[in-house]
Amino acid sequence: MSVLLTGSAGERRLFLGNEAIVRGALEAGVALVTTYPGTPASEIGDRCYGISRQSDLKFEFSTNEKVALEVAAGAAACGWRVLCAMKHVGLNVAADALMTLAYVGVKGGMVIVSADDPSLFSSQNEQDNRYYARLSGLPMLEPATPEAAKAMTVAAFALSEQLKVPVLLRTTTRVNHTRGPVTLGKLADRPGPGRFHKDPFRQVMVPAVARQAHVRLLAAQDQARALAETSEFNEISGAGAWGIVTSGVAGTYAADALTELGLTGKVRLLKLGFTHPLPAALLGDFLAPLTKVLVVEELEPYLEDGLKAIAQERGLAVTIRGKGPGLFSRLYEYHPGLVREVVARFFGVASEAAVPLAPEQILEQPLPDRPPNLCAGCPHRAMYYAMKIALQDLGVEGIFPTDIGCYTLGLLPPLSMADFLICMGSSISTAAGISRATGQKVVAFIGDSTFFHAGLPALVNAVHQKHDFLLVILDNGTTAMTGHQPHPGVSLMPPGYPGEHVPIKRVVKALGVEQLWVVNPFKYKESLAAAKEALNASGIRVLISEAPCHLYAQRLSGKKRTARFQVTQGCGECRDCLDNFGCPAMYLEPGDAGQLQIDPELCSGCAFCVQWCENIRPVGAGKGRE
Amino acid sequence: MTTAENRKPKTENPKKSLRIFLTGVGGQGTLLASRLLGEAALAAGYNPMVSETHGMAQRGGIVVSTVVLGDLQSPLISPGEADIVLGFEALEAFRALDRCHDRTLLIANTATQVPYPVAIGQAKYPSVAEMFQRLAARVGALLAFDAGALAHESGSPLAVNMVLLGALAATDSLPIAAEDILSVIRTRTKEKFLASNLKAFELGAAAARDPGNWQRR
Repeated sequence: MSVLLTGSAGERRLFLGNEAIVRGALEAGVALVTTYPGTPASEIGDRCYGISRQSDLKFEFSTNEKVALEVAAGAAACGWRVLCAMKHVGLNVAADALMTLAYVGVKGGMVIVSADDPSLFSSQNEQDNRYYARLSGLPMLEPATPEAAKAMTVAAFALSEQLKVPVLLRTTTRVNHTRGPVTLGKLADRPGPGRFHKDPFRQVMVPAVARQAHVRLLAAQDQARALAETSEFNEISGAGAWGIVTSGVAGTYAADALTELGLTGKVRLLKLGFTHPLPAALLGDFLAPLTKVLVVEELEPYLEDGLKAIAQERGLAVTIRGKGPGLFSRLYEYHPGLVREVVARFFGVASEAAVPLAPEQILEQPLPDRPPNLCAGCPHRAMYYAMKIALQDLGVEGIFPTDIGCYTLGLLPPLSMADFLICMGSSISTAAGISRATGQKVVAFIGDSTFFHAGLPALVNAVHQKHDFLLVILDNGTTAMTGHQPHPGVSLMPPGYPGEHVPIKRVVKALGVEQLWVVNPFKYKESLAAAKEALNASGIRVLISEAPCHLYAQRLSGKKRTARFQVTQGCGECRDCLDNFGCPAMYLEPGDAGQLQIDPELCSGCAFCVQWCENIRPVGAGKGRE
Repeated sequence: MTTAENRKPKTENPKKSLRIFLTGVGGQGTLLASRLLGEAALAAGYNPMVSETHGMAQRGGIVVSTVVLGDLQSPLISPGEADIVLGFEALEAFRALDRCHDRTLLIANTATQVPYPVAIGQAKYPSVAEMFQRLAARVGALLAFDAGALAHESGSPLAVNMVLLGALAATDSLPIAAEDILSVIRTRTKEKFLASNLKAFELGAAAARDPGNWQRR
């Protein structure tokens, strides 16, 4: 039983921010959760999937965030409480739905979790999604801790039903992936089937209807602003003529800075949790008696600009600063020491800044990096290798638009097979543009989950527009990067997974692709031959590289391969394996004349290298050892 | 480890702040160690914040986490501000020197895991002896030993995290009793790993009681 389904009211548990959100939704009686996995939001879906197998909670890993949001919107229109979770860039995908769903509104409460990623721990950008609240006109809550994340999730459902619009719960990686004490409330029962009540002249957004809906949205915003004015999530503490306004996890750094700098009695601290619409009266009243105010917020000057506008309207002369030279950056996540330094500097108080030790300087030599690498036994590496050798044999340079997933690590040497990446699905459409503009040999790579997420329209376009490139679909049967979530083409099912299997091959054919190869990348001769044929052809071609994620297959089956491989005496200095393949199980013995070796602990037994190097042989004459 | 001298009153001083930084390589169990510490602190009446890095854990990258106790709200630890560092791997323990100050207690595994650029001859792994000698001169105290070997001895090569937790609990630098950590380990460990985990914890504690493993400034 999921721990999120246990525990009595008042009990304190250590929960990840994402778990706190799920617990809050369960306490609010959420009936349906939809998501597309993406760090740092992935655990929300993972936990909800588990709970959906153990309770009557409905849950789906949708094909993308737009689909997830629309499925949730349909259910919310029938009175169900729904939660839709995604990473920040997922909201770009869902933005079309979001903007007009704000007009359509909801009947059951709807919470949309946008998990932003300052510092880009695992993202392609660090956009600040608080602007989506302003753009869509929807209310937004911003938790700073797991405890607040749970409380705000519960409150967001009620707020959504009161205002009849979705509510954004905007988090950052540091909130999603922090564990902290959470006080449990009572779990709520879920309602039975909802009912769709026809009301087309409020719910079908043709121009005449939408004109009226926009009026209602603005009225809901006014109501939301009034609620923000008295919200318990906006907390004022401290005293004095100076002020700090902050939101999110930056508020914890600001609070610690005041404690550690001894400024608690001299600075008034306003921690905002209800951050759209901004509570103009509360903020104006907060600013009025102050002489200078520092705004502590990660990423963009969202609060700062809002405060300056309010001060202008109220005719206040208070100095308001946040971003700028000597103050805060718009780049990357903050940390306690950084915030403490800026607070000290801004208010002109002394701070004993720690001078961090510099390990490389102390050792007087560089420390080796530890870059992430595709796993030993990864099918992506096998396909990359075959394609690389095929291009070398043909004497052709390949241009490699790539996509988002584990295989993006193909960027790193020695594979070096990633040249262009924007966002989910962009491999296929950018390949079309590059080949049309240059006539160069373009080979695009996309993963199976990403293909279903955003690849389909791009591939239909490529067929219809007669584009000329080779698309390699790296199908490992799961969404490996984010923790092995299923998708429509899934071949590795989590236990009990009820989804219908939609084979990629059938989809590709149905989209009108006539030149199609399907290979098992671990069969080297076949995949090399197919790669060469596909490279030599013209027009739109698709090569599906089909082999399960080794890591996940092993976890699901509980079985480990026993075959292991070793390097024989004949190994010379060709270094093909190190220069073109880069398996993490291979290493050179230390020393100048170091011999290549295979680490039996790391070797996965995939038997790929043995097919192209005569100096690698099975341990124990081809039989698996004990 | 349930001896009387290790028993401490609960909530000795829940306001006293303590910042613990854990660093290692994907697969070494740093996240589980920080979570167990957090759970033990919560059970003992503290208000722990535990932050984690996710995403690269399976792919050979560096995995760090933090445990912050006391009258602090921030889950993160800035450079130069860790009171205790648990280094799960020799090079990563040394890299974490940038989190240390001159009173930091650094508990480090001397066993190595070679990064890929070193494995293929593109970079050099620094001398472990040299690294620890220079470390010892910069931090308050260094407790270093081969935790990998002790994990093997316990019967579970993956129990480096339990060895280091055992060592930490035996140093007397935590406001939580060893018994509080042990009781969380008992409830969070699968039956078939429990005996080896408890053994690894005890071996780590024994390593911490061996003066030969310590270097103090």
